[in-house]
Amino acid sequence: MDIKRLVGMANDIARFYTAEPDHEVALDEIAGHITRFWDPRMRRALADHVAGGGEGLSDLAREAAKRVKLPVGSVL
Amino acid sequence: MIQTIRWKDLGTPARVSEKTVDLEVDGIAVTVPDGTSVLRAAAEAGISIPKLCATDSLEPFGSCRLCLVEIEGRKGYPASCTTPVTEGMVVHTQTTALAKIRRGVMELYISDHPLDCLTCSANGNCELQDMAGAVGLREVRYGYDGENHLKAEKDTSNPYFTFDPAKCIVCSRCVRACEETQGTFALTIDGRGFASMVSPGQKQDFMDSECVSCGACVQACPTATLMEKSVIDMGQPEHSVVTTCAYCGVGCSFRAEMKGNEIVRMVPDQNGQANRGHSCVKGRFAFGYAKHPDRITTPMIRAKITDPWKEVSWDEAISHAASEFKRIQSQHGRGAVGGITSSRCTNEETYLVQKLVRAAFGNNNVDTCARVCHSPTGYGLKATLGESAGTQSFDSVMKSDVVVVIGANPTDGHPVFGSRLKRRLREGAQLIVVDPRSIDLVDGPHVKAAFHLKLRPGTNVAVVNSLAHVIITEGLENAAFVAERCDTKEYAKWRAFISEDRNSPEALEEITGVPAAMVRGAARLYAQGGNGAIYYGLGVTEHSQGSTMVMGIANLAMATGNIGREGVGVNPLRGQNNVQGSCDMGSFPHELPGYRHVSDSITRGLFENAWGVKLEPEPGLRIPNMLDAAIDGSFRGIYIQGEDIAQSDPDTQHVTAALEAMECVVVQDLFLNETAKYAHVFLPGSSFLEKNGTFTNAERRISPVRKVMPALGGKEDWEATVALANALGYPMHYKHPSEIMDEIARLTPTFTGVSFARLDELGSIQWPCNEQAPDGTPTMHIDEFVRGKGRFVITEYVPTEERTSRKFPLILTTGRILSQYNVGAQTRRTANSMWHDEDRLEIHPSDAELRGIQEGQWVGIRSRAGETVLRARITERMQPGVVYTTFHFPESGANVITTDNSDWATNCPEYKVTAVQVEPVTQPSEWQQRFKRFSEEQAELLAKREAARA
Ligand code: SF4
Ligand code: SF4
Ligand code: SF4
Ligand code: FES
Repeated sequence: MDIKRLVGMANDIARFYTAEPDHEVALDEIAGHITRFWDPRMRRALADHVAGGGEGLSDLAREAAKRVKLPVGSVL
Repeated sequence: MIQTIRWKDLGTPARVSEKTVDLEVDGIAVTVPDGTSVLRAAAEAGISIPKLCATDSLEPFGSCRLCLVEIEGRKGYPASCTTPVTEGMVVHTQTTALAKIRRGVMELYISDHPLDCLTCSANGNCELQDMAGAVGLREVRYGYDGENHLKAEKDTSNPYFTFDPAKCIVCSRCVRACEETQGTFALTIDGRGFASMVSPGQKQDFMDSECVSCGACVQACPTATLMEKSVIDMGQPEHSVVTTCAYCGVGCSFRAEMKGNEIVRMVPDQNGQANRGHSCVKGRFAFGYAKHPDRITTPMIRAKITDPWKEVSWDEAISHAASEFKRIQSQHGRGAVGGITSSRCTNEETYLVQKLVRAAFGNNNVDTCARVCHSPTGYGLKATLGESAGTQSFDSVMKSDVVVVIGANPTDGHPVFGSRLKRRLREGAQLIVVDPRSIDLVDGPHVKAAFHLKLRPGTNVAVVNSLAHVIITEGLENAAFVAERCDTKEYAKWRAFISEDRNSPEALEEITGVPAAMVRGAARLYAQGGNGAIYYGLGVTEHSQGSTMVMGIANLAMATGNIGREGVGVNPLRGQNNVQGSCDMGSFPHELPGYRHVSDSITRGLFENAWGVKLEPEPGLRIPNMLDAAIDGSFRGIYIQGEDIAQSDPDTQHVTAALEAMECVVVQDLFLNETAKYAHVFLPGSSFLEKNGTFTNAERRISPVRKVMPALGGKEDWEATVALANALGYPMHYKHPSEIMDEIARLTPTFTGVSFARLDELGSIQWPCNEQAPDGTPTMHIDEFVRGKGRFVITEYVPTEERTSRKFPLILTTGRILSQYNVGAQTRRTANSMWHDEDRLEIHPSDAELRGIQEGQWVGIRSRAGETVLRARITERMQPGVVYTTFHFPESGANVITTDNSDWATNCPEYKVTAVQVEPVTQPSEWQQRFKRFSEEQAELLAKREAARA
């Protein structure tokens, strides 16, 4: 997947939660959103990117990305 | 559901009153609501009083003097249409004196009427003829040689109806229909007495007047004066079938009036619960595309998109598609294919496509065109209120006191609702418009907005936050409602956020361009003006903050307690006829039907049991993700039913590159649309006239779609999906769409009580329809929100990344107009193009002057994504700095310039904000030249198919 696009999408999601006063809530919401809406290959690509340093991700997005659940039991 | 042609006209509109009145008509006792006319009371008792100027869709006028009656204890002969009933009234409708007067009246009418009944287009369905018969007219003593209008010239300028003044009896039903029903005020009675005549505008032709061709006047006309050209050509219809319009999200109910398998005309159904007997030019007149010669009715296949098409049998096309999908999955993984459902197709068809993807493909790669329009509505309303749908009925607007219209243009986009709204505004409701353009509602005939917040495109959230800020900081909220109905912890958080000074109208004025005082005024009016209702459209959703804005709107409604009863609410004006339905039916990659997440094992278990397969628990790809995945090679096959992503989706060049990269593109459509030019398999689609099913409109109303003619391509759309599923090795056994609806009802709690039989019985049903609400739910969230407590969400304003710069100093925003529909595949193939035959770029005079642009000149529009060329229309409707265009014609390439920016939550594209530069040019853009060449090549490849057949 075009990682630049995924980074942009993750940053957009994170930006929505910048006004959330509780940092923990913000992280869970961002990670939850990505888990609920991204297909496995997109989540894997994001995880790989974060493992490699996560270039381009905002701090909030990078931190939250680590909480994104990777698919288990999916054949995809 | 085959019906006869005529319905009973009760003469004057129904009245609603708790008080009833008892009276006697010709010896028959009758009880009616207070305020009812004597004419209607008689009709309800089964007694027809002759009448001409009265009809039950219009307020009585009392001009023809045919409906006179005698009332005991009253002098003279009052007109029954304008006389309200009173308690104990005794009415006589047939006396010798009345018979004489009525004959006299008819004699006068007939003496100025051509006596060509036998060859007249209204013959057999003419109220004048009927009345002459009813009053027993036998002679016309005045002769026909006196002064008359028999030589008056016919106006045939409108493509769909004619105006023959020689036949006009000046009953003014047309004038009143245009005013009351449509709200356009295009017609007047010109002159007085004998000289009086109906005239559009300033004695213009219909085509040059303000007329929007809704047809209400044609329907109201009791004679052949205003007559559909199709009736003139084909004669009177002989039976009718009630069905639902396949254009916009209003979902008007129509009687398709037929002669055998041919449609003579479409007439909006008086009993239609969404439209109450009204329609617009599209639904009433623009159905000719169904028989257009461009229809492709034989399946076709080809190996490469540079190959000519080959016509094949259904079996061959289906088995080819299935084997390709299976090959791709075995080579590239189960997730390498997917499908797109259509908001143009029925609920049953949409349900089947998502079922095919989940059960036969074995993944969740299914999405729908709602992705590009109202996906933020689904997300935002679910997060705040708990249900992904609007909260009201269209009828509800008649109880609103303040109406806020945000990013919508109802008179063009949702015309029949627009007419209802205008009627309510004429009755005194106040209007607030939030839109960068001066839409017609801002200042129309007898309608004027109290506030027009003419914001800069892309600053919706800043405006909604500032409105909420005023409501909270000025203490205008409904604290009791919030305390009782909402999650107070979330509310406290939101309250602290919204009260911050940075959200005040003064602080945001610079960003939004809306004067702070105006925002304050609008906020006070909405919060304090009585029942406040918000209606919004794509100007809300198609932004990088689309979902945020939807939640901001829900916050506003909850904070003021404007939710949970008639007259208030949050009302998305859905674009396409079945966009609500396609979302309900599980067209999104993360949701099963009924908006239940695929990761929810209980719901999944339910479907696994019913469908007999294991279902994938992870969300699939959305359309933009599918396209990205196609370019990187992990997605290679797609089944597209009734969608044209190559025209409707943003960043056309990216879309077409992705389509080109795929190995098997299957398109099922009426026409070889832009996407089909990239297809390997073409399956003929069926129009809404050729199948049974249901559509769900913007008010959650499920309405029946009924087959009136055989499917031209031999299969209804759902049958093609069934065949494809069977070929893929996943058997489906439906014999009729009603069985598909039965399955939906079994598996979806909000649909439990829906069936074709119930729809026949009730006419239509608003979901939720189940044990708690056996007849459906007009108003939602009455005692409790669907999610329990209403949830306020913090809606931080985040400016879009699409910024103007020196290179791209203008903002382009896109929209639609009345006569054309969406990508135009249907309306472009009708006479509607007479009103709009090309997309133009609207630009403010000062921006035009700065660039030396003249009216009608070709201009190049360049964005970061691409360039296209359109002709300019210079207009003050635009604010300086903002330009506008529609996207009804593929060659316009409006989406060549839109970027891939999208809503953070749903990836709904940001169609409404693109930074551009505009300058005069002399030739089409490079993309347009390429597009033209490619289209010509594809047309040739199609023509070769015909040659082979010959
Ligand atoms: S055009 Fe028809 S509706 Fe209008 S005044 Fe004449 S007869 Fe009546
Ligand atoms: S077609 Fe509609 S808009 Fe035109 S004159 Fe008749 S009622 Fe008015
Ligand atoms: S296009 Fe919309 S408003 Fe017009 S007739 Fe159809 S459903 Fe009604
Ligand atoms: S119908 Fe009553 S006056 Fe014409």
